Parts: sequence; C-alpha cells; structure tokens
Amino acid sequence: MTVPTLPASLVENPRLDRWIRFLPDRTVRVATGKVELGQGVVTAINQIAAEELDLSLGRVQVLSGDTAEGPDELYTTSSQSIEVSGASIRLVCAEVRAKALDRAALRLNCGRDELTVSDGQFLQNGQATGFDYWSVAGEIDLTQPVTGNVAPKPFDAHRIVGRSTPRLDLPAKVSGAAFIHDEMRPGMLHARTLRQPSRGAELASLDEAAIRKLARGPVEIVREANFVAFVSPVESVAEAAAAAAAQHAIWRNQRRIDLAQQEAAWLKHQPAEDRTLGAPVAPLHGEVIEATFSRPYIAHASLSPSCALAEYKDGHLTVWSHGQGMHPLRKNLAPILGMPVEAITARHLHGAGCYGHNGADDAALDAALVAMRLPGRCIRLQWRREEEFAFEPVGPAMLVTLRVALDDKGRPADWTTEIWSGTHVQRPGSGSGFLLAAEALPNPPPEVKPADPPEVRGGGATRNAVPLYDIPAHRVLHHLVQRPPIRTSALRGLGALPNVYAIEGLLDDLAARVGEDPLAYRLSILSEPRARRVLEALAKRAGWTARGPSGTGKGLGLGFARYKNRAAYAAVAVALEVDEAVRLQHVWCIADAGLVINPDGVRNQLEGGIIQGASWTLKEQVRLDENGISSRDWDSYPILRFSEVPKIDVELVDAREHATLGVGECTVGPTAAAIGNAVAHALGRRIHDMPLTRERIMAALLK
Amino acid sequence: MEIALNVNGEARRVSAAETATLLDVLRNHLGLMGTRYGCGLEQCGSCMVLVDGTPTYACTREASTVVGKAIVTVEGLGSADKPHPLRQAFLDEQAGQCGYCLSGILMSSKALLDRNPRPSRADIVAALDRHLCRCGAHQRILRAVERAAAVLREAKP
Repeated sequence: MTVPTLPASLVENPRLDRWIRFLPDRTVRVATGKVELGQGVVTAINQIAAEELDLSLGRVQVLSGDTAEGPDELYTTSSQSIEVSGASIRLVCAEVRAKALDRAALRLNCGRDELTVSDGQFLQNGQATGFDYWSVAGEIDLTQPVTGNVAPKPFDAHRIVGRSTPRLDLPAKVSGAAFIHDEMRPGMLHARTLRQPSRGAELASLDEAAIRKLARGPVEIVREANFVAFVSPVESVAEAAAAAAAQHAIWRNQRRIDLAQQEAAWLKHQPAEDRTLGAPVAPLHGEVIEATFSRPYIAHASLSPSCALAEYKDGHLTVWSHGQGMHPLRKNLAPILGMPVEAITARHLHGAGCYGHNGADDAALDAALVAMRLPGRCIRLQWRREEEFAFEPVGPAMLVTLRVALDDKGRPADWTTEIWSGTHVQRPGSGSGFLLAAEALPNPPPEVKPADPPEVRGGGATRNAVPLYDIPAHRVLHHLVQRPPIRTSALRGLGALPNVYAIEGLLDDLAARVGEDPLAYRLSILSEPRARRVLEALAKRAGWTARGPSGTGKGLGLGFARYKNRAAYAAVAVALEVDEAVRLQHVWCIADAGLVINPDGVRNQLEGGIIQGASWTLKEQVRLDENGISSRDWDSYPILRFSEVPKIDVELVDAREHATLGVGECTVGPTAAAIGNAVAHALGRRIHDMPLTRERIMAALLK
Repeated sequence: MEIALNVNGEARRVSAAETATLLDVLRNHLGLMGTRYGCGLEQCGSCMVLVDGTPTYACTREASTVVGKAIVTVEGLGSADKPHPLRQAFLDEQAGQCGYCLSGILMSSKALLDRNPRPSRADIVAALDRHLCRCGAHQRILRAVERAAAVLREAKP
C-alpha cells in the first residue's frame, strides 16, 4: 500500500481534533492556521468543509489564526492558503465523514455504502435514520492522526465548491465594528510609540515633562532602553503625546542614508551574496541582446495603520493581531519577552489588507511590551499613519538585466536573468529578520546575514526569473545585496512583478526585431498547453488582431506568467492612451487556477491584483531622505484612484479537473508587463524603469 | 466641555475636549466604531461621515463645530433588519476585499445619491475620487453604487 503524500500542514499538525470539532449547537468548527486578510480565505475554507462533510454552509464555522486551538500553518503567504490549508481541510473532512459513517453503519447494522449525508443527517437508502454527525461524534476518536487514505469527493460531485459564495466577513464591514481597531475592552488603555529612528540609534534624552504638557491629559510613559510608548485611558492623549515626542527626543548614532540609495541603480555595486541557478555560465554565440529593467522600493501602504491588543494576566499573555501568522507570532514574542511559548496565546482579528509583511507583527510586540509593564490591563496599541509608512518593511528595489543569445530565427537560444536585490523576506523567525522593537530593547539581536526565500518556496528576488517559454538554456544570476538602506520584506508577488515586467518586455522587443506579432512570437516558443490556452483566449477577448500600429499614442499590450512557475496562470492585456501621462482604459485577464473554490472570490483577487499591480507600475516609489523613508503620507506616496482605474474584464478558464492553484498574486506581474508593453506600443519606445511617471514618458519621447 | 450632537437621528451628549475630533468622539465617546481612522490628514477618506448631508472628514473636524447639525455614520445607514439599499448593493456586488475603506465610501455614495438619483459613472467616480481603496475593489464599488441608485429609483418612482 502506498502512503499518501500529505500537505505540509497535515504533517505538522496531524491530529484530527486540531482541525475539526463537532459543537453542541449542531455545527462543525473547522480550524485553519491561515487568516482572513480580505482575500476571502475563510469563506473558501467554509465551502470546502461544507462540501466534504455534506453540510450547509451555515453549519460550518471557521476558526482562523488561533494558537490555543487551531493548527500551526506558519504564515498566510505566497498564495498558498487554498493549495495547502484548503487541501488539508478537505482531507480531514473526508476522513472524519468516513469515520462517522462507519460508526453509524455499525449502529444501524448496515453497510456504509447504504448511507448518505444530507446537511449532517445520515440517511439509509434515502430514508432518515435518526443518526447524524453529532449523535456519533462522541464515538469518533479525533485525537488520531489523519491518514490521508480517504479520497475526497471527485470534482464532478461538487455542489458547493465551484459556486460563487458571498464573503462571510463582508456584512460586518459595511455596517460598523469589524476590525481589530474597533475592539473596545473594559479598562482598556491606548498606546502609541516613539520609534527608534534606525537600528543602533540611542535615545540620549527625552523631555518627558514637555511631552506630558502637550499630551493634555493623563499619560504614562513606558521606557525600556530605546523603546518608548505613551499610554493613556484617553486615545487622543496618547496620540498627542506621541505626536509631540519626536520634537522632544534627542537620538545618538542614528544611521544616515545617502539619497542615491533610493534608486534601484544603487544596488549594482554593493556587497552581495552571488549565486548561479540553472545552466552553467557559457560563452554566448550568435546575436546577443541585453536590456536592464528596474523597480524601486514600494510600500504595502495598508489603508489602516497597524494595531494590536495585548493583555498580561496571571502569568499569561494574550495578544490579538492582524498579522499573517499567529503561531509564528507567539514563537517570535516568547524569547524577546523571556516567556515560554505556552504562556502566550495569539489570536487573529481582522485588519486592513496587508499584501505581505507590513507593520502588523511589529505592532503586536509593541503592545506586548506595554502589556507586560502594565499587568491586568488590555493595551490597544495603534501605529500612527506616518509610522506605518516610515517603519513598515518595504518591497525591495530590484534591478534586472536580461542577456539573451538568439538563434538564426531570432528566438532565444540562451537566456540569462541577472538580478540585484535586497532580501524579500525579513519576517521575524525566518532567520533573517526581527520584530522591530527588539532592536530598541537592551539586548538587541545581532545583525544577521540576509536570506531570500529558497527556490523550493518559489524564491524571492528570483521568483518568476525563469521564463516559462521553450528556451534551450537558461540561468539566473542572483546578487543578494547585503545592506539595503531600509528594511525590506515580502510584498505581494515578491520578485515576480519586476521579473515578469522585464521578461515580457524583452519578448515584445525580440518579436519586433524579427517583425513578428508579440503574441504569435510567444506562441511559437510556448508549448505548455495551459499557458497557450490562456494567451489564446486573451487574444480573442482583447481583440488582439485589431491591434493598430505603434507610436500613435494608443497602446495595446499583453503580459503572461504562471505565478512561481507552479501556481495560477494569468494572461493580461491592457489598452491605454499616453499623452504626458498614462491613462488606462481597459484591462482583460484570463486565468487558469485549476479547481476554483469560489469563482467570484477568485475574480475579486485577480481584479485587485490588476489594480494594485497597475498602481505600482505607474505611480509608486518609496522616497528616502537622510533619516529614512520620507514618503510618509498619501500625498507623497500616491496610489491609483477611482478616476484612474480602468474597466476590467476577468475570465477563468474551466480547469476543474486540475488541482487548485493559488491566485492571490498571479496578476501583478502580467499586469505590469502588459502596461509596459502597451506604453511601448503607444510611444514606439520602451521605458525600462518603473514607475512609468510623466517624467519618464517625457524623457522617452525626447529620446 | 459638554457637546450635544445629533448622530444618526439621536440626540447624544458627550463630555470631551473642545478640540476633540468628530472621529474621536464617534469612536471613543459614542462607541460608533464604523467610522475609521486612516490617515488623520484628509487624504484617504476612511473617516468620511455626513454632516447635514455633506461628506465631511471626521478625522480633522472638531466635534464642537458640528453642534446642531445632523451627523450620519455608517451605523445610521439603515438597520440590521432593514439595511439601506447601498449596504445591500455592496453585498450583492461583493464590493470590497478587506473592507476598511467601505464605510467612508458608503457615506460619500449616500450623499451623492441623495442629491443625484441618476448619477452617471463619471458622477460616481467624481464623488468617490477622494477615497482610497488599496485592495483594488474600485470597479465593484462603482457597480454597487449604480445598483443602489437603481434600487432607490424603483422604490421612489
């Protein structure tokens, strides 16, 4: 007998009762370690469980991100929630359903095959038996490990999976309190921080009297080395104290930044860890084309500043956070606070969309530090707007040089993607990063060598660096820049956006060299059938054959990638006009995500990725001054607005016979590429550096 | 100071600093948590409420300056049993991802529909252009406002 390969989450959390419980109110609670970030994961998990257990949606409750009772599934990242947690819950539910029917069959003295399930009721040959999940639940040993031996339903038997289901969390979000920010607890204290301006900076003096005066109310000042927080029962007092603090603090040894470090070009000559992936470096023959593309530092720019609650009581710390992983958070807090992991509970509450590693985890440590100093009181710590912009980790700048040797038909024979970038992951606990305030405490953690996510997890800077096209030899030269000027970490898609922007941009230029249509050129070097299918469908939807000549100010461009070369396929086309600036008109997207759980939820994610990708491509750059990040509000960090968003048409191809593929990040790269190609089509000239601002367009026109 | 406010049709009295913002009073004094802090700078629109029908940034407006005016927040947009058509339309269109921007957007949308029952797409865009949505739910939001406008027109022929 073959042992089935279990998803990683089941290997780490084998006991069935970590995933599922039958509750006395005749509902079933399934637990996931993945958390709701506005991407709809809780709704999709609900559908998967209801499907496998033959329950109505209303009989399933989803517990998400809870260290006390839920599984440890690390972070909610990398478009993995449905692929991994969804697959785990599907197997668990299928197995528990089989166990329950076995028990019922025994009690009814019948064969299991005679039994079916209808909203939790067991029927024998269609007739009520009086048995249901809850009547046999006490006889099933859920402390057993999952075996993975019970096959889930075949896709053609699905009645809930594959149908659009309204998001469970949305009603609260259009009617009132819905977020961690909205939690009010009796006796709660509000806290704000004064941030250490850089690692290594020392607080030489803090004029507490002046701050208290400006706070205009009761304020407690919590200080521990270079960590400072202002705590008050009155939120506006804590806010006023923090706002006043910067003017009344003197720091020594603050790191200064050179303005040139703001641009991706700076990365090229910095100390880096170098590695080569793929084909060995070989002398290139024939015609060699080289082009360099760049993307600056970009921000998550969540609409809400980070917030956390913490309460230390009777030797136990409870933290509520909108971070992406509650189990990792608790493990990261424990050593800093000098507590055993078991003395901490971390629970997830909703925040604004984060799109990656923003300030959420850091705010949780801030709140915990204050709570430990004020036992018995619930602390609500919220970052200030400028704090979120200035101190959240940002998406790293990247420089991507493509060097391609062409064969005699003008097709790539040898392809090199050479990348310079800071790390794409400084998540605490990953070995390359820390919770921010740890650096302000008496024994700051030593500086560590940066690391990028490994290739087995899709890589960081190297994500999507290998084209999916048929190219006889390809390699990636990766220069992991050791000391970028600001903290960088995971942001939706990691390196996929700049890499796909570069690869798909160069392909258009290679097609032009041989006088071929960009789509036809791609299809001539693309044998993957699912990839071809989305591109061919896109061409029909976007009216590709009617594409006009270049250089008219009107552009139509496309971009394609399979996210991480293993998740969802997405092909995107963009129609736009360029005069001084770019005006997006219409975006079409065709995606193949395998078996789709919630089609409308997937479309929402694809659309969101298109708009966010467009915003990064056209508008966004984190600005620096000598003190650090200087773009600290929405005026200095503008994002795409209602008046700038294009019409969007998104279509999913039917691929339900294939495994579910993560979709959350699959459109950002192809969207950037399609915009870049459409702008090049409109101008007759390519812009290699993002964002595609008015200045860059004017410069390209003057060339 | 004592501040008397009319919020969602109810007379409310709070004791707050003269400089207290309307956002602070709504959230911390009246427990109305649907109005959200985003930036405190009138740049994102998360805190938008209606003051005598006009969309107003609650994050900077001092509560003491809106005494005697009718304030409407997202909690006043219909009730749980009878949600305002805008709320329902946003659910029908699944117009949102994280949802943090939505209460402010709902209030600007209400102001628009109150004054213009037949807004064009351009009218809606203009009314919402002060609002930021970071998740990219814009097109769904625009459709939701159009849907609510149609529902409201049918209700009042």
